[in-house]
Amino acid sequence: MSAPPHYTPYHPKWYRRRVSVWWWLHHRPYTTFVLRELTSVAVAFFAVVCLWQVRALAQGPEAYAQFLTWLRTPLFLVLNAVAFLFVLFHAVTWFNLAPKAMVVRLQGRRLPDGIIAGANYAAWLVLSGAVTWILLRG
Amino acid sequence: MPPTVTLTVTRYRPEQESEPTFQSYEVPFRKDWVVLDALNYIKDRLDGSLSFRWSCRMGVCGSCGMMVNDTPKLTCAAFLSEYLPGPIRVEPLQFFPVIRDLVVDITDFLDKLKAVKPWLIRKEEKTLAEGEYLQTPNQLDAYKQFSMCINCLLCYAACPIYGLESSFVGPAAIALAQRYNLDSRDQAARERHNILSTHGGIWECTFVGECTKVCPKNVDPAGAIQQYKLTAATHWLKGLLLPWGTR
Repeated sequence: MSAPPHYTPYHPKWYRRRVSVWWWLHHRPYTTFVLRELTSVAVAFFAVVCLWQVRALAQGPEAYAQFLTWLRTPLFLVLNAVAFLFVLFHAVTWFNLAPKAMVVRLQGRRLPDGIIAGANYAAWLVLSGAVTWILLRG
Repeated sequence: MPPTVTLTVTRYRPEQESEPTFQSYEVPFRKDWVVLDALNYIKDRLDGSLSFRWSCRMGVCGSCGMMVNDTPKLTCAAFLSEYLPGPIRVEPLQFFPVIRDLVVDITDFLDKLKAVKPWLIRKEEKTLAEGEYLQTPNQLDAYKQFSMCINCLLCYAACPIYGLESSFVGPAAIALAQRYNLDSRDQAARERHNILSTHGGIWECTFVGECTKVCPKNVDPAGAIQQYKLTAATHWLKGLLLPWGTR
């Protein structure tokens, strides 16, 4: 009797490609995705401006007037406009993705994506309306 | 209709070359031919040394996934007519190590798939005499979509996170874990939670969403991952607020 066969694992000579640093530029959905991730910078910018405003408010009318002058400079107008566009992009893509994460079943049937996204948009409008009303009522 | 179409195919013969190269083949154009038919024509008539995986030709076995013009596709479902006038670039699935030509090594996926325990686990098995585990159509609906996965790995080739972080469990394995978590007959959601909620699990996913777009079976792995994030977050919050919450 010969010795039983001795099996060894197969070791291929793999070729592994490194992912390029610019992977997100080659494919449009990837670019959109990276832009959506970058919107977090705009959200952080708004948060910092808001904190700065509160601080100026606490320091008194002069500091607040100074803060408002800063906001009127072209640099801040441009920064705010860009940040606003980014935040808008963030909000819209976020609401459009919401139905993927939320599965709501009513009487055994899954609610269509449109209704879940629509409910998010509706809540957004109502809250924005409420904030506008609080700010503008005088 | 053109009489022929050119396929530019990745060649990698480890015994000959250290990096993949491209080779072009001219194949007859037929409107009922898919890329896999063209590859088989090459193998049969033009160059028998070309290696690629395939089996069923009908979108069930999940073995003929390749990059066709930079998009992960089942080549048995990619009609030549959709890529006219060509040339059509056929490459191995990206983010996987290439063994030869269009054949990739999927060991990493198989290990991850096994890790998420994609089978029914009961705390105590019923005896045969007690009969089968019954399920209502609604209970079936809860997971049916995720059970359609054929392990073709197009979703991994579409996921830049998997390309950048090889520790990521990945779309198909998480979708299949979720398929068993949502099955009313299964009782091992907690066991899978320990694997899925680790760093390489669901939290690695940043919701690019491409896995769902390329899935040939409409499994929606991106949805499965986001839904599980919601479940895991609720689980964590319950554990935080109520000492008995996660029991």
